[in-house]
Amino acid sequence: MSDYAKTVEGFACPAPLPARETILLGHGSGGKLSADLVREIFLPAFDNPALARLDDQAILDVNGSRLAFTTDSFVVKPLFFPGGDIGSLAVHGTVNDLAMGGARPLFLSAAFIIEEGLPLETLRRVVESLQRAAKQAGVSVVTGDTKVVEKGSGDGLFINTSGIGLVRPGIELSANRAKPGDKVLLSGAIGEHGIAILAQREGIQFDTTIESDSAPLDSLVAAMLDTGAAFRCFRDPTRGGLSSAMNEIAVQSNVGIELDERAIPVREEVHGACEMLGLDPLYVANEGKLVAIMQPEDAERALEAMRKHPLGSEARIIGTVAHAHPGMVTLRTLLGTTRVVDMLAGDQLPRIC
Amino acid sequence: MKYLDEYRDEKIARSLVSKIARRATRPWVLMEVCGGQTHTLMRYGIDDLMPAGIELVHGPGCPVCVTSLETIDKAIAIASRPGTTLVSYGDMLRVPGSHSDLFRVKAGGGDVRIVYSPLEALKVARAHHDRQVVFFGIGFETTAPANAMAIWQAKQEGLDNFSMLASHVLVPPAMGLLLGSPGNRVQGFIGPGHVCTVMGYREYERLSAEFDIPIVIGGFEPVDLLEAIAMLVAQLEEGRAEVENQYCRSVSYEGNLPAQATMQRVFEVCDQKWRGIGLIPQSGLRIREEFAAHDAGCLFELDTISADEPAECISALILQGLKKPTDCAAFACRCTPENPLGAPMVSAEGACAAYYHYRRHAAAAGSPSHE
Repeated sequence: MSDYAKTVEGFACPAPLPARETILLGHGSGGKLSADLVREIFLPAFDNPALARLDDQAILDVNGSRLAFTTDSFVVKPLFFPGGDIGSLAVHGTVNDLAMGGARPLFLSAAFIIEEGLPLETLRRVVESLQRAAKQAGVSVVTGDTKVVEKGSGDGLFINTSGIGLVRPGIELSANRAKPGDKVLLSGAIGEHGIAILAQREGIQFDTTIESDSAPLDSLVAAMLDTGAAFRCFRDPTRGGLSSAMNEIAVQSNVGIELDERAIPVREEVHGACEMLGLDPLYVANEGKLVAIMQPEDAERALEAMRKHPLGSEARIIGTVAHAHPGMVTLRTLLGTTRVVDMLAGDQLPRIC
Repeated sequence: MKYLDEYRDEKIARSLVSKIARRATRPWVLMEVCGGQTHTLMRYGIDDLMPAGIELVHGPGCPVCVTSLETIDKAIAIASRPGTTLVSYGDMLRVPGSHSDLFRVKAGGGDVRIVYSPLEALKVARAHHDRQVVFFGIGFETTAPANAMAIWQAKQEGLDNFSMLASHVLVPPAMGLLLGSPGNRVQGFIGPGHVCTVMGYREYERLSAEFDIPIVIGGFEPVDLLEAIAMLVAQLEEGRAEVENQYCRSVSYEGNLPAQATMQRVFEVCDQKWRGIGLIPQSGLRIREEFAAHDAGCLFELDTISADEPAECISALILQGLKKPTDCAAFACRCTPENPLGAPMVSAEGACAAYYHYRRHAAAAGSPSHE
């Protein structure tokens, strides 16, 4: 390292990097890089009103019926994790995207991209799990596809599912409908799916196993809609966590959102894991939670209905929609101060110390 | 959660804030040394709670931010070689080098892996005897012992495909440089709690005496930092300049002696270049000759590349506490975490990134986000 002594560079600072030229893993993180791809590549190419709503599902008028249509691909590693596997996740992810549009999920497709060499027994277990999850959610897998890629061209198994559901009459939900004064409801503790996967992947052991919260949310949504309360929007905070979901709503509705750190439930084990790994649970993925934005006067009624449902027993009001700072999400911290909850550029990176 | 909740308690925090306000009769400029402390101050909005006159400036203690550009370029060069695996702490991957970063190398087919501990890098080396496995060993006295242990173990095991690109920096020489510079404004330091957990605080007594400045070794939770600020203000108001230990649940006077011994066994003190500050004599650690077989700096032929710095980036002033991130014209518009002009915008512990993530609402003050 004697060369350090020879070159005195003074007060150094790096040149900015050239414009993004290649896809980075961060483009799949659900953060700003993902949003950039949608805005710069996909939206201009496919430009149409159904897509432009940028919700988790497209809502389509077909002969007087309103259909919800969505698709999702699953590339989770490991294939089996505490609380679920790629098969059940492939059902829950798509069913939940339909449910967030106020739709009753009806039919799914399932496409399997399989890497050469995958044990048949593994595929069988995944398929059986997928079928069990579909049955639980009341949907049928009515079409599918299989592709096999060469060893090294995949990572064991990828699954894509698409889904169709029927939207309840009179229900209009979209991330652009939030209004100042609305309440933000959260169905339960955050961060469990992401930490369960990370712990399994990194071989991190805790006193109790953290299980993924992967679950179908359609029956919870139905119970909430049955109350007749005025909902503006539902979101399941998956990739990018609660922060990304809230930021998307704030931007699309051009409102501010003010969250209360004290009100956001995080389980002790998840909290501990996040502290240890230097992660913020607000950015960790969930697969069985929802946030609802709704008129304030109906919030208590909706909470009551949520708490009667097993997937909403810990439901809380976690914040309010505001006039101030449109497009920005803020958090009242444990100390009573206020900070910004930013959308991450890419994946959350573990800190050094 | 035990040992956390009580250090994030609003009541205790508020009472410390009142104590600081009652005590401070004059303006004081205080610097926290560690990036982790900067992160907590911003995340909990502690600067908003300070009475007028107490100014918090942010020190050079983000290991990611101060790792020199050349070192980043060397890591990128190693990661780009076929047959080589570069293993790193996560937040180094996004730090821009002269022309690329490790994320891009990974996207281009380079084998770059994230770990939480250098000992995991040893596992990678044991599992892949056909590959050269290089750990990117950076950081302060906090990461140095574990990095030293990895090298020591590799030598014991004869793991000849494992090496380390080591670039460690030491806190006290940097504090000395800041205190000795003509533009220095800092009147009290919150000392680096984790560094002192390893090193103890003997060295800080020398600094405090030489520059007649109070230093309070502080922790990383909101209540820790408020207590450390209260202790500093008390010292300043009373005209004392001593080293006190707020973080006594972790820090002892002597520190962790076995960890220090391991560091000394494997590393020796050297001159070191800090990104944003420049060369600081005797401020780094390099791998001793005896362990050269595991020193990537010796094993690989690495070209030294020097880079032009964007004139706009004021990271040098930020890292010395002379300017705040919000004083920079490029802040949050031309310089963002996605497109950082300088290293303090990259790591979560960097002062600019901490301001960007947590404090922009103050700057925006009701106007839409300017992204």
